[in-house]
Amino acid sequence: MTRIFVPNDTGARSVGADEVAAALMNAQVVQSGLATIVRNGSRGAYWLEPLVEIDTPSGRIGFANVTVDDVAGLFADGLPDQTHAKCLGVVDALPWFAGQTRLTFARVGRIDPLSLSDYRALGGFAGLERGCTMDAKAIVDEVTVSGLRGRGGAAFPAGIKWNTVRNANAPQKYIVCNADEGDSGTFADRLLMEADPFQLIEGMTIAALAVGATRGFVYLRSEYPHAAQIFGRALTIAREAGVLGPSVLGTAHTFDITLRMGGGAYICGEETALLESLEGKRGTVRPKPPLPALTGLFGCPTVINNVLTFAAATDVLARGAHAYAGLGVDRSTGTMPFQLGGNMQRGGVVELGFGVTLRDLLERFGGGSYSGRPLRAIQVGGPLGAYLPASQWDTPLTYEHFAAIGAMLGHGGIVAFDDTVDMAAQAEFAMAFCAHESCGKCTPCRIGSTRGVEVIQRLRRRENPRLQWQVLEELCETMEFGSLCALGGLTPMPVRSVMKHFSADLLPSAGGGSVTVEVGR
Amino acid sequence: MTIDPTREQAVIADLLAQTPTDAEHLLPLLLQVQAAVGFVSPQAIRQVAQAFNLSRAEVYGVVTFYHDLREAPVGDHVIQLCMAEACQAVGCRELAAHASQKLGVPLGETTADGHVHLEAGYCFGNCALGPTVRIGDRIVGGVTPARFDELLETLPGRHGNTRPVAGESAA
Repeated sequence: MTRIFVPNDTGARSVGADEVAAALMNAQVVQSGLATIVRNGSRGAYWLEPLVEIDTPSGRIGFANVTVDDVAGLFADGLPDQTHAKCLGVVDALPWFAGQTRLTFARVGRIDPLSLSDYRALGGFAGLERGCTMDAKAIVDEVTVSGLRGRGGAAFPAGIKWNTVRNANAPQKYIVCNADEGDSGTFADRLLMEADPFQLIEGMTIAALAVGATRGFVYLRSEYPHAAQIFGRALTIAREAGVLGPSVLGTAHTFDITLRMGGGAYICGEETALLESLEGKRGTVRPKPPLPALTGLFGCPTVINNVLTFAAATDVLARGAHAYAGLGVDRSTGTMPFQLGGNMQRGGVVELGFGVTLRDLLERFGGGSYSGRPLRAIQVGGPLGAYLPASQWDTPLTYEHFAAIGAMLGHGGIVAFDDTVDMAAQAEFAMAFCAHESCGKCTPCRIGSTRGVEVIQRLRRRENPRLQWQVLEELCETMEFGSLCALGGLTPMPVRSVMKHFSADLLPSAGGGSVTVEVGR
Repeated sequence: MTIDPTREQAVIADLLAQTPTDAEHLLPLLLQVQAAVGFVSPQAIRQVAQAFNLSRAEVYGVVTFYHDLREAPVGDHVIQLCMAEACQAVGCRELAAHASQKLGVPLGETTADGHVHLEAGYCFGNCALGPTVRIGDRIVGGVTPARFDELLETLPGRHGNTRPVAGESAA
């Protein structure tokens, strides 16, 4: 029977995929039993959504931006109508996909996210099955040799973290997955959990074997209700199949995962605040040391990694450390699922080995701005990342190259702005967002961010601008060096990038307009 | 959105009967209370604190920390506009201005008839398809001012129907 794929992720649904699926259910080919509908995850090409695909002997034929009105015309004589104006031909052959190096996202969009047989058919559990035959030290060594670094933003070597937990002597250890993907411009964690949830389960289980943990938590943000639903079902299926539970894949290992929802606090993406929140407290930041690897959840040794880090670990085990380390450049090994968003013609997840330039990503994959106007500023790395002017777009996307220009890759979110952007408003928003989300534990972040908003507002009103400029510089320094965690410590990064590269917006000439920045509820 | 205190107490007692009361279950329980009642009242805090063997101050501290937990009821329908950077780049500030004007309230407030509570959200992970709006568990992308007006029209109870009361069966 011909399969018709209609994505069932948050993005595709947000532009009408459910309505298209419902219309297809009533279509002649489905009603007559010649075709069946599969709700796959999105492939992450959001500019094509809703992207309907139909099986053919030559591959899956795609139709882009399908509406309910298009449904009747997708088939001609029981076959996909390849003369249809919205027909893309074979989806895998599109340059946007063919030009990527998809490891973590290899299955995403191809499979029914909740089908274990689909998962296995495309290489799922190969990493865990290999892990089950290795001793704990060998697993950790494999991850260390791969050079895999934390994909949540801090880029700490995963192998070193895992080894610390493995060597800790404690009766109880935990695996915690940070799925509190709060950075604007990032959606790879969400897509992975909605489109290939077993991969996260597999990666966390590998970590559990490596360090000797029996219990895991996924801390998911409440802004992702659909991911919660799909991942929750995946956990149940994994338990019923014996992947999780008292005997992981038939071995003597015990491991299970609990899904916990956040409460709408950005700071809980910071690992120690996340642990506090899991313990049922206010999500305030803990001073480090002690490291969570030694004194983590409930005071026990804890591996806490991002969704994409655990997911990448499955590839490291399945392909071997050297194959993984062969991708990327220098100390940025492997691939990164970059996320193109904002004012971008072809937004979505683009997974590539580290080292491609930002410009290549923006032009070859992103296709320039959505509005058709010239791009002016690109924010990389979420709300705490720098705004980059065109002169910096040739920087290779690696952790080191970005650090060298006062920027960061963070979680790989890339947000494009066209030339209508008021960069002073963006600088003010950076401070306002920090003020809104600060946990309040340390003064530089709690007070500094509010003072930052005030100073930038005065600058924009041209009240003694030279003095305000100096105050803002000093304030940024205080926040950077005096804050307890990355929220206060990195908020100066976007602000300084505006001061350095877009100063004309921050020091407007007479008559310059301004945008009101609203933050709050 | 109001709920009779006796009924509220019963709803919370039901939820408490189904949860372990170690501290790690406090936030999940409070989120359930929020979902069932629409807010976490001083009475609810007292009831939960007692069950968890915590001080009211500790529970209050948690309630006030998380944006999702509300101390007072808001409108029948909460509409969240994503106001984060990716949506800013495609016009969410203009959309927010339109929404505020259309409803006659700024972000963070409820319309006089109690029908809609309008507020900012910060990222629904739909950054390639903004501006994004969340209504309940529904995420809508590419929301233009005209599309926003259509969404408003589809909200139940808009034209004098009985308002659903949180904690009560909608039927």
